[in-house]
Amino acid sequence: MTLLNRLEPVLALALAAIWISPLIFAFWAAFHASTDAVNFNLGAAWTLDNFRTAWEGAPWLRYFLNSFLLVTIVLIGQFLLCTLAGFAFAQIDFRGKDVLFVLVLLQLFILPEVLIVENYKVATQLGLLDTILGIGAPYMASAFGIFLMRQAFKSVPKELDEAARVEGCSLLGVLWRVYVPAARPTYLAYALVSISTHWNNFLWPLVVTNNESSRPLTVGLSIFGAPENGVDISVISAATVMVIAPLLVLFLVFQRQFVQAFLRAGIK
Amino acid sequence: MPDLAALRRRRHAIHGWLLLTPALVMLTTFAFYPTVATLWTSLFSRGTRRRPTEFVGLENYQRLFDDPTFWLVAKNNLLYAGVTIPISIALALAMALWANSKIPARSFVRTAYFTPTVLPMIAAGNLWLFFYTPGFGVLDQIGALFGAPSVNWLGQPETALWAVCAVTIWKEAGFFMIFYLAALQTIPPDLKEAAQIEGASRWAYTRRIVLPLLMPTTLFILVNAMINSVKLIDHLFILTKGGPSDASKLILYYIWENAFAFFDAPAAAAMTVLVLAVLGALAAFQFFVIDRRTHYR
Amino acid sequence: MLRYAPAAMMLAAGTALVNPALAETELTMYYPIAVGGPLTQVVDGIVAEFEEANPDITVNAIYAGNYDDTRIKALSALNSGEPAQLAVMFSIDAYDLIEQDLIVPFDDVTDDAAWLDSFYPALMANGQIEGKTWGVPFQRSTIVAYYNKDMFRAAGLDPEKAPTTWDEMVEMGKALTTDDHHGLMIPSTGYPYWMFQALAIQNGKEVMSNDGLTTYFDDPAVVETLEFWKSLSVEHGIMPEGTVEWGTLRQAFLEGKTAMMWHSTGNLTAVKNNAQFDFGVAMLPANERLGSPTGGGNFYLFKDSTDEEKAAALKLIQFMTSPEKAAEWSIATGYMGVSPAAYETDALQAYTAEFPPALVARDQLEHAVAEFSTFETARVREGLNNAIQAALTGTKSPAEALAEAQAAAERLLSAYQ
Repeated sequence: MTLLNRLEPVLALALAAIWISPLIFAFWAAFHASTDAVNFNLGAAWTLDNFRTAWEGAPWLRYFLNSFLLVTIVLIGQFLLCTLAGFAFAQIDFRGKDVLFVLVLLQLFILPEVLIVENYKVATQLGLLDTILGIGAPYMASAFGIFLMRQAFKSVPKELDEAARVEGCSLLGVLWRVYVPAARPTYLAYALVSISTHWNNFLWPLVVTNNESSRPLTVGLSIFGAPENGVDISVISAATVMVIAPLLVLFLVFQRQFVQAFLRAGIK
Repeated sequence: MPDLAALRRRRHAIHGWLLLTPALVMLTTFAFYPTVATLWTSLFSRGTRRRPTEFVGLENYQRLFDDPTFWLVAKNNLLYAGVTIPISIALALAMALWANSKIPARSFVRTAYFTPTVLPMIAAGNLWLFFYTPGFGVLDQIGALFGAPSVNWLGQPETALWAVCAVTIWKEAGFFMIFYLAALQTIPPDLKEAAQIEGASRWAYTRRIVLPLLMPTTLFILVNAMINSVKLIDHLFILTKGGPSDASKLILYYIWENAFAFFDAPAAAAMTVLVLAVLGALAAFQFFVIDRRTHYR
Repeated sequence: MLRYAPAAMMLAAGTALVNPALAETELTMYYPIAVGGPLTQVVDGIVAEFEEANPDITVNAIYAGNYDDTRIKALSALNSGEPAQLAVMFSIDAYDLIEQDLIVPFDDVTDDAAWLDSFYPALMANGQIEGKTWGVPFQRSTIVAYYNKDMFRAAGLDPEKAPTTWDEMVEMGKALTTDDHHGLMIPSTGYPYWMFQALAIQNGKEVMSNDGLTTYFDDPAVVETLEFWKSLSVEHGIMPEGTVEWGTLRQAFLEGKTAMMWHSTGNLTAVKNNAQFDFGVAMLPANERLGSPTGGGNFYLFKDSTDEEKAAALKLIQFMTSPEKAAEWSIATGYMGVSPAAYETDALQAYTAEFPPALVARDQLEHAVAEFSTFETARVREGLNNAIQAALTGTKSPAEALAEAQAAAERLLSAYQ
């Protein structure tokens, strides 16, 4: 037992080292010429050439902008739809509510990813192909989000609600003045989850975008790396580092909030 | 004069439906309608210039069941699920216990575990491609230090799927760890003190008290992991494209390939229906088995 | 613009542009190429030059990934009603594009037979179907053998003499194989059927008929070909076992992990710029005969466009395949100049004089055949790819794997007989 106890920190650190190593290697390769990178020339000179080559190889600025717009649009849509629906499920009694709730929860299992074939046809008919709205729309009425907001609104003390009503607030007024502020931690948690999901999403954006005007970073990265005539490890690493950097920095800076947000939201 | 309570009920109903309408419209457009349409599409033949679309009943399913690739892909996906789910859950649990205990460099360790979660699968694919590349990939170079022969991880049917699994586990474990961490923090510290007073070892405490308390979390993670074993296929686009000879092809990738590379939407639709059926069974399991036992609502 | 369409249609096709000031024509072109990088800039540069010379036409050139990605993206754009008038796509997509009724033959939009005759006939083969020309060559290649002269010297071989027969290749391969590197690598992911077709031709047998309806995967000479490929690793030990990755092969060659590699000539410029050793380029070796399939991308004209658009698209294609531009493109990439005239330009004359390997792919053309292509080509090809990989990785015997691929191909093609 004591041996195990003493071994444990070593194992934990070893696992951490393994877990972080692909990232470290990519980072290191991105700053070195590819010959040095694949031969592990530890003393080799650092260079920014790979970033220059990668940057010139694709309209990254456009991709960044697209990804940024995408997560923003999705987040706004989700906040709006999930707040309204979550509020209805949490605080209003009406017939058919339970059936509806089960229907909504069913969407946890009908993944947009699985429905690419028909969703593609729907997006085409609605003229959403090659638009950022088209990439985001299937994810806006998120069952997860509705469920989360319902939980959050349920835990708001009834007295606050009643006090606001006595003061003459309308239903939406109460929602806006009382419930939304009370659920702020849940919003934060949900925002972080949503941003990282959609910044990283690939399959549906791949299907629904045809050109640069709407192509997000992940799809751009995948075709940048399409090995038609061969890949250059260092250049691809540079592109990869570029693509993951914003989210990674966001995560490292807000790490505490990120994890705390999860914990506080009571997703368990 | 109408009953006041009835009036209020009606007002509630109107409010409720109004609030739900936007979400329901979106859900119908992008989840319920496509589900029904998938079923419909799967009953028609693919149209080409020489052969227009016609109703063929279950022929597409028959064709699918006659397709050896489909069975191979289904088998691959079962193996993928069977490998990634238990391993990532076990690792997640170990990570959470470590990240929650007093070990050196705890915050670094926790960050390291969680970092893969915020990376896109496509980027993860790129990172791992250079680990797996034979000859000059990182794994081979490390192997060479110990005199191991070069292994073509992605190019052999025996190893390709395992290499793909490893990336998934790497990506998933840290995410699941968070849920365990959350659960661990709800365990009252006096439980641990009481166990120590009774002279229970740390291991016994973990096994007898912590693990049972984590059971609901484990079930929640299990359902998520099952969904992920269908969903997480992005890295295939970078690593293997399903090869060699379909050895690492997974079902969602095959659906994509049928629909968008072979332009055979009906075949893709038939497969989608089957996947939806499996997911539906999973949903039933969640609603009727798990939710009965745990009361997190 | 729509208002002018009927009027323009009354004019003969091809002369619709007589009054270009009337309206601006906007073209959307999908194209594939290599790993991003400078190549997209070369295309953008040529397109910009074209726009300057033709102010009435704007071109929206969309880079869409590799050949498969480009086909998927261009066709899904068309299916959903987005505009696309032309694309550079796989030369072997022609049958499927015809079957789906998406493209028009060039004969319908131009009477300029001299232009169509100006290209190398071998490069026209994939695009000529049912008596018409559906594809015009742009980004075309053959497979060539790259070899590391320094390694040849180290192994005591003549660095100016690459293997010319299979036997020599095996023999030299053995001399070149050391603990540190292999003698030869033939890629078997990405486009395994392409490499296989080269071997099969060299063994004296084509793997498909000219009408896209029949495949010969289970022919004894073809089975023997796959056995030979496999023997390179399991018997002779000059190639790694399992599959050799297409995408990382160039890097492996540049890192000295193999003395010889077979790859597209489209890699030539990249190898030239990055090799830190003395390298050579040679035609592929022969067994029964010399040979390589052609490969790469052709221009196609989409059906669903107005006559002005078609005429403008034709103009763009003629510009991009003109001898000067073809020469520029060839120098920038390593792809072939698509017409004899391209090799007569000063630019390419000067380049090949200084760098003779740039001529190898062209010289090989006289031994070249059309690239593998049938109806249902994506699926038939996938079946062949899988058979090759299954045999190379040892899951099936070559005969068994090819018999299965043949049966699958016959099933798929029966509907078209």
